Amino acid sequence: MSIRLNKEWLEAESAALGLSGNLGVYQLANQDEEVVFIGYAGGKSRFGLKGEVAEALQQIPDAALVRWEVNAAYMSRYKELLMIHLYDHGQLPVANEPLPGQSMPGEMAALGQLRPAG
Amino acid sequence: MNLQLTEEQDLVIAMVRRFVREEILPLELSLDPDAEELAPDDNARLVAKTKAMGLYGLYIPPEFGGPDLDLVTRTLLAVEMAQHRGGLYVPCYGTFGGAGLAQLFEATEEQKEKYLMPTLRGEKKGFFGLSEPSGGSDPARAIQTKAVQDGDDWIINGGKLWISGADKAQYGLVFARTANDKGRDGVTCFIVDTDTPGFSVRRVVHTLRTARYATELSFEDMRVPASNILGQLNKGFAIANDRLTKQRIPYAAGCIGVAIKAQEMALEYVPQRETFGAPLSSRQSIQWMLVDNEIDIKQSLWLTLEAAAKAQRGEPFRKEAAVAKLVATEAGGRVVDRCMQMFGGLGVAKDLPFERWFREMRIRRIGEGPSEVQRHVIARELLGSSLR
Repeated sequence: MSIRLNKEWLEAESAALGLSGNLGVYQLANQDEEVVFIGYAGGKSRFGLKGEVAEALQQIPDAALVRWEVNAAYMSRYKELLMIHLYDHGQLPVANEPLPGQSMPGEMAALGQLRPAG
Repeated sequence: MNLQLTEEQDLVIAMVRRFVREEILPLELSLDPDAEELAPDDNARLVAKTKAMGLYGLYIPPEFGGPDLDLVTRTLLAVEMAQHRGGLYVPCYGTFGGAGLAQLFEATEEQKEKYLMPTLRGEKKGFFGLSEPSGGSDPARAIQTKAVQDGDDWIINGGKLWISGADKAQYGLVFARTANDKGRDGVTCFIVDTDTPGFSVRRVVHTLRTARYATELSFEDMRVPASNILGQLNKGFAIANDRLTKQRIPYAAGCIGVAIKAQEMALEYVPQRETFGAPLSSRQSIQWMLVDNEIDIKQSLWLTLEAAAKAQRGEPFRKEAAVAKLVATEAGGRVVDRCMQMFGGLGVAKDLPFERWFREMRIRRIGEGPSEVQRHVIARELLGSSLR
């Protein structure tokens, strides 16, 4: 499995309709294919990836593209994607940053550091 | 052998049991089923509570600020702290603190100042880098990571696998071969800063366990000063071996805690759940599962406490620790499996903790030395030099 999520981007609105209720991870990007959000559908997601992506699309107006990966190990994969984004870009995707006055969710507050280049 | 708990043991066990039920279990209702951390605010609040209880840093020796509790009591507390969904790998989500890397209690004063003390203050984290892609069960012979002396420094090349926490650590203990000896006498333990050029956390290793995931490390011409050798040159394996033996007791205790919680849930459930007009608890097949669980739990608990008691008395406890690890990890798996069976479909759903325990408990038969290695250790202790 590749460390980065290298799947082809799909147009978000239409692709989201065909999503399944599986556990997994996903990325949203703007029209320029810049990742704006990394999310996961976990054990508490009511409709899995389908529900999570639909909700994220409503909250992130810039999101125009989506790609996902069905994955039962969604939590470690989610953290891996965040860490590799940090490594590649020096910061988290814009919509993963907490809003002013909000604290970082637990799973992001203790994020580690990957240095895959060796 | 006194099987009666002391008044002090009863008291601290009750405190921790109440903490798990009143603080951890309610928070878990809103956490993801695979969560490994609390939100920072909750974490800070609960750490303040465990400090107020005088139980923070349970595995830190009293002379370094840890609570003055014997190993049997610490083991009983480890059993209590594991009795929740995340309890096997992140008991109470770390709010009782950790010991850091216990090997550093034997470090030089300079090393203690630089690594141990900041770790105890919560300012630094370390990792334990022993296993390699070439094998983890026989680390003395499997280690291929090599360190070569260059003036006052050592140059390390190689890699490690199955290393927890390296991506969040500021330093780690890295075991490398420093002599041509292919066995345990040619291995040295280095304290390595993770910002050293040549150090890389290459990837997350995804497994059944998604909390406390493992990582793969690589070292490329990593320069480490000779002053960062922990212990003696070529005697690093003794450090690793000591850690592996001691770790087996809390490792077993965690399995017992989860098994106790699973059994408690089953005992609550089966009188309420009806099939064919009668509660599940009236079925002999269910009763026998509960009985087998009880036997598994009791055997594991007493064997683990025996190992802890021997260690506490300063007696050799390698055989007892291996027995405890072997029995508790295998019994814990059986108990969780039987409980899943009693809960039926609910048992495998993420709504309940059994599926997480089932996945994580399976790893326990492999982690910290698989069952087969424990049997090997026990046989070696029994047969001594007659075993080739």
